[in-house]
Amino acid sequence: MTKQISSNKDSRLSRRKRMMGWSFLIMVLSVVLMPLGGYVYTDVISTANAADQTAESNPRANYWRAVRGGEEGYTDINRLEKNVLIQSAGENWRRLRNGAVATIGGYLVLISLLTILLYHLKSGGMKLDNGRSGKTITRWSIFDRIIHWTVASLFIILAITGLSMLFGRYVLIPVLGGDGFAAYASLAMAVHNYLGPLFVAVLVILILSWIKHNMINDNDIKWFKAGGGGIIGNQHVSCGRFNGGEKVWFWIVTLVGLTVGISGLILDFPNLEQVRSTMQNANLVHGALSIIWISIAFGHIYIGTLGSEGSLDGMLTGEVDENWAKQHHDLWYDEVMQDNDDMDVTGAKSSA
Amino acid sequence: MARMKFLCDAERCIECNGCVTACKNENEVPWGVNRRRVVTLGDGEPGEKSISVACMHCTDAPCAAVCPVDCFYTTDDGIVLHDKDQCIGCGYCSYACPFGAPQYPQQSAFGVRGKMDKCTFCAGGPEEDNSEAEREKYGRNRIAEGKLPLCAEMCSTKALLAGDGDIVSGIYRERTLRRSDRPQTWGWDKAYGKS
Repeated sequence: MTKQISSNKDSRLSRRKRMMGWSFLIMVLSVVLMPLGGYVYTDVISTANAADQTAESNPRANYWRAVRGGEEGYTDINRLEKNVLIQSAGENWRRLRNGAVATIGGYLVLISLLTILLYHLKSGGMKLDNGRSGKTITRWSIFDRIIHWTVASLFIILAITGLSMLFGRYVLIPVLGGDGFAAYASLAMAVHNYLGPLFVAVLVILILSWIKHNMINDNDIKWFKAGGGGIIGNQHVSCGRFNGGEKVWFWIVTLVGLTVGISGLILDFPNLEQVRSTMQNANLVHGALSIIWISIAFGHIYIGTLGSEGSLDGMLTGEVDENWAKQHHDLWYDEVMQDNDDMDVTGAKSSA
Repeated sequence: MARMKFLCDAERCIECNGCVTACKNENEVPWGVNRRRVVTLGDGEPGEKSISVACMHCTDAPCAAVCPVDCFYTTDDGIVLHDKDQCIGCGYCSYACPFGAPQYPQQSAFGVRGKMDKCTFCAGGPEEDNSEAEREKYGRNRIAEGKLPLCAEMCSTKALLAGDGDIVSGIYRERTLRRSDRPQTWGWDKAYGKS
């Protein structure tokens, strides 16, 4: 008897639960679906009336709609895009260039510099653990060095002149005055426009001559897992001629550099009759990526100079100290030593 | 203070290009530059409409906002002008302008364009009014002589109106009412109140 009651109770409870479940589901569905009812009205009912609406629509309103939409017409002025009354994309370009690119870009450059400054003040840069040995080995050929410094000096000139075009109005006009800055900007723009294509050419040579050294391998993955070869943390990882960081910098230079180069060439040759939207997009890509590139380049410049003792020697003289090679590129050092030994052996053999 | 505006009545413009010719002649604009042009939509079809367009002397001018050397300025009459001595010919104003007003005497390789030229509302430039230097760089300064832009003065059907925005829109409003049409423009004061 008691069992019967309890089973009754159970079934009533489960029925109630089921009802609650369904009610809840219906409520949720109503909450989600009912507001969408408007679409039934606009989509179904208005499509049914669409034919009537166009027939009754105001021809003047349609005309201005076409004007606003940048529709092409006819004009006697036989020049590019003169047959368009209004282009709306210019306003977007203005908002993005003066807004996102200039603001975020400006902060990015400052944050990059500040981060490097704080890192340097905290760590004082990487020192050679065992000092200099006085013995050196060759790291960069004269060709490598010429390519590097040509790209580097052009990069700096283009960065300064390019940043002047974006920020000069706010930073330099208060200093130089309107006429003074205009004179400088005129020169800066000419320098930027003429050196730009040269920069692209030398950049391509740099990429082609170093690409074989910069294929990412397992060792680089290990290097990254160790927190950038000891920049973060103090774990040391063996590595070859280029470490993971150097390779990533190479690929940034390659991908960002080529994109900046191509967009720059588009902007640099208005005689090819690019339409305005092409120029706007090229300018945004060029500006945004250049600023990112410059911000990262500060890191490269820091590591190559103050950030790591002995690094600059390699790019200046072509020779690096043996202790520097052992500390930073031990696998490469072993390789070079091995090669030298082989050469000595063969040399000894041939002279004997 | 007057706020100078152009207004082109699409119901009246007959695409005669008189405004274009008047402007070129009055201002002796360089070869290849047209400060004003007439664009026809639906050319040759029933209901085709033409509009004469030049610099619209925007209140928040995009050209001025993107100029790297900040060479644009707005006169007390609301006319947007620029200083050709400062202009470096970068082309930015021509990317930003909705109306295709800024133009260059050249478009050569390595971004060489020369100094930008655009409609001045026949108000010259920053040089002394009606000086030789001003005429050479910017054309006539009719505003300083108390005259309105020649394009509008010469318009055969009075489609193109130029002058104080409130007066111009008043004329247009009267016209549209007489045409038993809806007024499509109300002028600055109506929209934003007396300033």
